[in-house]
Amino acid sequence: MNAPQTAPKRQGTQTLDLGELGLRAVNSRLQDISEGSNETTWTVSNPMGQHAIACGLDSALSVDIAGQVGFYCAGMNQEAEVTVHGHAGVGVAENMMSGTVRVKGNASQSAGATGHGGLLVIEGDASSRCGISMKGIDIVVGGSVGHMSGFMAQLGHLVVCGDAGEALGDSIYEAKLYVRGTVESLGADCIEKEMTPEHLATLTELLARAGMDADPADFRRYGSARTLYHFDIDNASAY
Amino acid sequence: MDDKVAHPRVSPRTSATFDDYTNSEIRRAASTGIYDIRGAGAKRKLPHFDDLLFLGASISRYPLEGYRERCGTEVTLGDRFASKPLQLKIPITIAGMSFGSLSGQAKEALGRGANAAGTSTTTGDGGMTDEERGHSKQLVYQYLPSRYGMNPVDLRRADAIEIVVGQGAKPGGGGMLLGQKINERVARMRSLPEGIDQRSACRHPDWTGPDDLEIKILELREITRWEKPIFVKIGGSRPYYDTALAVKAGADVVVVDGMQGGTAATQNVFIEHVGQPTLACIRPAVQALQELDMHRKVQLVVSGGIRNGADVAKAMALGADAVSIGSGALIAMGDNDPRWESEYNALGTTAGAYDAWHEGRDPAGITTQDPELARRLDPVVAGRRLANYLGVMTLEAQTIARACGKNHLHNLEPEDLCALTVEAAAMARVPLAGTGWVPGTPMG
Repeated sequence: MNAPQTAPKRQGTQTLDLGELGLRAVNSRLQDISEGSNETTWTVSNPMGQHAIACGLDSALSVDIAGQVGFYCAGMNQEAEVTVHGHAGVGVAENMMSGTVRVKGNASQSAGATGHGGLLVIEGDASSRCGISMKGIDIVVGGSVGHMSGFMAQLGHLVVCGDAGEALGDSIYEAKLYVRGTVESLGADCIEKEMTPEHLATLTELLARAGMDADPADFRRYGSARTLYHFDIDNASAY
Repeated sequence: MDDKVAHPRVSPRTSATFDDYTNSEIRRAASTGIYDIRGAGAKRKLPHFDDLLFLGASISRYPLEGYRERCGTEVTLGDRFASKPLQLKIPITIAGMSFGSLSGQAKEALGRGANAAGTSTTTGDGGMTDEERGHSKQLVYQYLPSRYGMNPVDLRRADAIEIVVGQGAKPGGGGMLLGQKINERVARMRSLPEGIDQRSACRHPDWTGPDDLEIKILELREITRWEKPIFVKIGGSRPYYDTALAVKAGADVVVVDGMQGGTAATQNVFIEHVGQPTLACIRPAVQALQELDMHRKVQLVVSGGIRNGADVAKAMALGADAVSIGSGALIAMGDNDPRWESEYNALGTTAGAYDAWHEGRDPAGITTQDPELARRLDPVVAGRRLANYLGVMTLEAQTIARACGKNHLHNLEPEDLCALTVEAAAMARVPLAGTGWVPGTPMG
């Protein structure tokens, strides 16, 4: 997927040139903005695949990153709305708490890892371990996800509009997985579950929030069989 | 041969290989079909600090006056990159132990004791509690593979961050907190249902290898504005390479935990058969730091079986900047105290051997989430006991240092030591007592 690397120009937007200012200065400027400030709209130019861009933001900013980003972009995000106009490296929005992170392109492995809240949207594909150990985050992927996605997923929702690689939802806890395409295989203790009206409503709402044009009726739901919740020697063969 | 002649009888002989403990373990395995899980660290006899001796002063070395001349104990941890390093009065810190594995009262006591002694305490798997933060003036926040309870607010209100790669009791292993210790609060902190077993992952979910670790450290520094010292904790597996890689990745402090280091719950076979003794880990770690010209610039904290001031002094003489204690701190607070002997007996064990910390039935109220049992531990009293213990360890280490002519614990050096066994001499790289021989080097 070729993602556009330019950010839309909006009135009042201030631009931080990462190539010129350096990572610390850019992050510091964004982290320093206090609640109630009117400096809420920002563009980061020349990201050049650098790591840890816009991580640790904790106020309701809108940040457009004009290009590709490296590891951990928007890591531990709180409140902010971060859009990557390009592809994202490993661990985009890792341990996110709230807010929205959108990747216009593809994302590397461990997208949204351990996220506690907020919405992560990946318009392209996501690599392996998408949503690993997720703890309440909602993740919507426009394309497909790689193997071991949803590994040890605890809470939240992972919506995959394309296909899922092998061992989906391995050792899953209470997270809910929705896949429109094929699932190569399910991991330990992950099973297909009934799509109730309640789940359908949740899925419909997530797709709408993510701006995905997909029919919820095409999806199947997966979750935990809960057979590994208490150690039982009879389950040893499962792992 | 006359059948009526009485033959001399030989004494019944039990096997050294199949001894009583081994046989009982075989019977237990045969009966239950599951391996033994327990807390604490390695219980087998290992080369340890007891196999080293200080030489003390002589004609060529003169001592400092006890009770008169100063012997410094303060230590700064994490001044390589962090703008706010830890400043500790004593080089003995409290190791990471989780709320969940320990009661809230125990965590509070650890904080109180550490405060009184002027040192730091450390969170564990499960996140940071308000009580823990409130009762610990200097709190190290562990960044573990599970990321239970991990959030940027706590990250910023910590005084240092410890990225846990491994621990001495189980290098390469994760953990399992069994459901009986998962009450409503513990479950909420970990974003999991109440009462179910909770797996602590053995690998970080978003990085593998030293190059990734370097980027992870960068991210944590950016989130915390380069204020917090970043520790990297490794199990005593490959201390030379792991220390070098941690330094390369940008650590401010390297924590090396030997196999005597405790755990809340792990398979007995793992605890006893994986990793290296603490004594064997120190010199390779120091060597790595020295070769990188980072000794004393990146601080080395050693843990795993530190019990008294002599152990502190020996670890520091071998090159550590500080030590960390876990099991010793719990014992000081009341763990395995003989006053609970009848209750230990009821659990099928005895004081000093109780290690079913994962079951949550600790009579001492420390390794439990049972409110009734937890109430047995008075955090103020237990904190005072811990402070006393830390104080005694410090005094003991100072006593030894003065006898070696050192006006600061950091001035202790390998030259102050000799070894009682060839094994200890080889591991500590100090001469065998009475000789100039350091195994692995030409005869001196």
